[in-house]
Amino acid sequence: MRRCLTALLALAALGGCDTVQSMTGGDGRDGALFNQLFTIFMIVALLALAAVLAFLAAAYYRRRDAREGAPPEGDGEAERGEQPYRPLLIGWAALIALGLAGLTLASYFTDRGMARPPPPDRPVLSVEIVANQWWWDVRYHFFDHSKNIRTANELHLPAGVPAMVTLRSNDVIHSFWVPNLAGKQDLIPGRVTDIVLVPNKTGRFRGQCAEVCGVQHAHMALDVIVDTPMDFARWMAAQAVPAPPPATPLAKAGFDYVTNRECASCHNIVGTPASGQVGPDLTHVAARKSIGAGTFPMTRGHLYAWVADPQGAKPGNNMPYIGLEADELHAVVAYLETLK
Amino acid sequence: MSVLSAKDLPRDGERLKGAALHKRLDKTWRRPPGLWGQLITVDHKDIGRRYIVTAMGFLVLGGILSLIMRTQLATPESGLITPQRYAELFTMHGTTMMFLFAVPVMEAMAVFLVPLMIGTRAMAFPRLNAFSYWIYLAGGCLLWIAFLLNMAPDAGWFSYVPLSGPEFSPGKRTDVWAQMVTFTEVAALAVSVELVATILKQRAPGMTLARMPLFVWVSLITSLMVIFSMPAVTLASSFLLSDRLVGTQFYNPFEHGDALLWQHLFWFFGHPEVYIIFLPGVGFVSHIVETFCRRPVLFYPVMVLAMVSIGLLAFGLWVHHMFATGLPRLGYSFYTAASMTVAIPSGIQIFCWIATMWEGRPRWDTPLLYVAGFIFTFVIGGLTGVMLASVPLDLQLHDTYFVVAHFHYVLIGGAVFPLLGALTYWFPKITGRMMSERLGKWTFWTIFLGFQLGFAPMHWSGILGMPRRVYTYPEGLGWENTNLLSTLGAFVLATGVLLFAMNALLSLRRGATADDNPWGGSGLEWATSSPPASYNFAHIPVVESRTPLWDGRDHLPVMTGLRVDDKELLLTSVIEAKPDIREPSPKPTIWPLIAALATTTMFVCSMFTPWAVVAGAVPTAAALIAWFWPKGPPTPEPVIE
Repeated sequence: MRRCLTALLALAALGGCDTVQSMTGGDGRDGALFNQLFTIFMIVALLALAAVLAFLAAAYYRRRDAREGAPPEGDGEAERGEQPYRPLLIGWAALIALGLAGLTLASYFTDRGMARPPPPDRPVLSVEIVANQWWWDVRYHFFDHSKNIRTANELHLPAGVPAMVTLRSNDVIHSFWVPNLAGKQDLIPGRVTDIVLVPNKTGRFRGQCAEVCGVQHAHMALDVIVDTPMDFARWMAAQAVPAPPPATPLAKAGFDYVTNRECASCHNIVGTPASGQVGPDLTHVAARKSIGAGTFPMTRGHLYAWVADPQGAKPGNNMPYIGLEADELHAVVAYLETLK
Repeated sequence: MSVLSAKDLPRDGERLKGAALHKRLDKTWRRPPGLWGQLITVDHKDIGRRYIVTAMGFLVLGGILSLIMRTQLATPESGLITPQRYAELFTMHGTTMMFLFAVPVMEAMAVFLVPLMIGTRAMAFPRLNAFSYWIYLAGGCLLWIAFLLNMAPDAGWFSYVPLSGPEFSPGKRTDVWAQMVTFTEVAALAVSVELVATILKQRAPGMTLARMPLFVWVSLITSLMVIFSMPAVTLASSFLLSDRLVGTQFYNPFEHGDALLWQHLFWFFGHPEVYIIFLPGVGFVSHIVETFCRRPVLFYPVMVLAMVSIGLLAFGLWVHHMFATGLPRLGYSFYTAASMTVAIPSGIQIFCWIATMWEGRPRWDTPLLYVAGFIFTFVIGGLTGVMLASVPLDLQLHDTYFVVAHFHYVLIGGAVFPLLGALTYWFPKITGRMMSERLGKWTFWTIFLGFQLGFAPMHWSGILGMPRRVYTYPEGLGWENTNLLSTLGAFVLATGVLLFAMNALLSLRRGATADDNPWGGSGLEWATSSPPASYNFAHIPVVESRTPLWDGRDHLPVMTGLRVDDKELLLTSVIEAKPDIREPSPKPTIWPLIAALATTTMFVCSMFTPWAVVAGAVPTAAALIAWFWPKGPPTPEPVIE
């Protein structure tokens, strides 16, 4: 099945594209089920299309020679002419109904498969994702609350372990979508929704908000990293560590700026006085793959660009332009780079 | 008991015949010439023509917006337009195409064609018809003037709350959108009421429901659909305006309102709207197939039932727009089944058209080419629609470019192709001249191939994970090639539309003069001159079959007895179309325009203060009183046909 779909999408693959954000990936349980069902629908659809086009082409060629001639057929004689087509029409309608019934059943059972809860004896991961204009606040909850961690715009998952993701929104409606793993689920203010992600192989994927949510809807992406359970545990342990104290004088200057000036009113850095809650948590910002919810890859140059003028980088986002002096900018970036 | 002779009857006046009759009828029905005449006209042909031209104008405007968007998306990380402008562009494009082009142009065709097809001299409520056009024009101007003043809405054509609510859309942008919706609602409801009344009560004697042309059937069905679905969006947009303007909390989840209420109300209207746009296409296609295959479409009763069932099913599947919102999953199964069911009547219709071509003697002129293009495109759009009806597939495909491809296949393939075919087909009746056949064929192939080139790659963009409504996308996700192809296709398609406009304009001046029935059609609209005289028919035709001009006789039977010195219509019974009574038809007047201006002022001012509704009611009521001022007793009746 999977191979068949891949063949159908060969044209797309010609571009030599990366499939980090694609429905064809099938890297999660639901994504794989989608591929199967889509292949079934695609085959039925192509057969139906072929039937209609063959009929149309036949009608085109049948009477080519008899274009001119007799006057049009009026109502009465025309009605007699349609008798032979009656069984054909009934057969055609029955075939459509039968095909649709089959597709409906296939769709229903696939949906049941997706809604199936993970087996009770297996470990599950509990994640809460809160959407904001235009970034994702990601929190991992554990039985032992002291192990809870918080990050942003990046979701790490262990392969093979079902993740129960609770979804909320702080402002408008967003939609959580990692096509390689599963379908969409909206995040609606005033409601709590959820989705189960069961990644079945390791890799790095990209998710993106799928419901228009304002001016920077295009830049509301999410890096999803599926690791082996061991690598995941290592990542989790690293995330649980508070931010290290600054080691160099430049980083110290940056630390002073970040914790005493504008930055701290929105951002939180565990282990420092910076404890703002409305912006992304920065405790391990330098360890992330990208800046600004997937706007740029995490590089020193982009970090400079972002801190110097967030409005130039992602116009309309909620981080204001501050107007740092050059030495302040160097210091802040140097400090942020220590937050691995 | 005394026996009255014909001479004693009070209405038995002078009987006119031949040229004298035409002259007298024209004097009675013709509107005054000049600008004043154009402002006061209540003739359905004048109103239909200007409705069509205005709607096509909005098609061009909406199309230009899409070209700007396609240019922006041709390359990744393009900096051509700002994200804010892009949000305005996709909102304006969707709003213009859905509210100012697609629905109005279908109504416009009905306003022009239905009275001719059913053999009457005017629409029911002709002044309301004039009012409807002015209100529609005002709504369109409101939106586009706001766009020029940098006040364009930017929350998408379905304006989901809370994004469109007072907190996240400050300023007047969304109010413009909501009030524009109010204008088009009023206009559409007015036309629908007129069409239902016209179709049910003004059909020519003998045109029973079972003999009604298929386009008249779809006009009846879509008008009823407008009447039943528009109140939902009226309610939704009124709640939105009052949330924004007077501080109600209908949609605010933190004050016990509900953000999903908007989606239910909007899609309860929005889904039927898609069929309100598509069903007239079914009507156009049926007429074109009949004329160019030289035989009536097979299985008329089945076609009618298929249209009715699509109209009914349309109200039972709005939730398939909301599969990702997390409503109970078992309930989704119902909407999956209901959405898939639409494929049955649609498939039956496709069968009937192709079987008609098979059984008939098709002549492949431009209109029939559009039908073939329609069948190809619409079937693809329908099949992707079946995919989207499935919950597991929709959860992936929803809100991606796959959906963008799907609904353009359905709406351009299912409605615009038939519309262009219909415009070519009825152009001689509307203008009195034929469109160029050679240029017409070139136009068709440019539009058809441009469309496929533009929209087919969008399926792949979507499957490769590209969400809709993004102003840009990063490099390296594999979306570059498909997007570039889409942009190229969009420009080819636009060239085709330009060719169509050129063909229409050139033909208007230099086209071959058309006789009454240039294509050899079977319907009553071909029984009168091209373009029709102000009174449509010198005598009301009498109908004895579904194809009155193909019954193999030289003359169409007619009835006489309507007065010619005053505007008068024949009303017939609803089902059997038996002659019932004679009804005077209102004369031209300026009051619909003044009432429309008063209403416009009220609607526009009510974006700024709720008191405008109170204050604005006064001039509106005054204009309506003048409009409905009693005419006095009817004059004696000296002259009849």
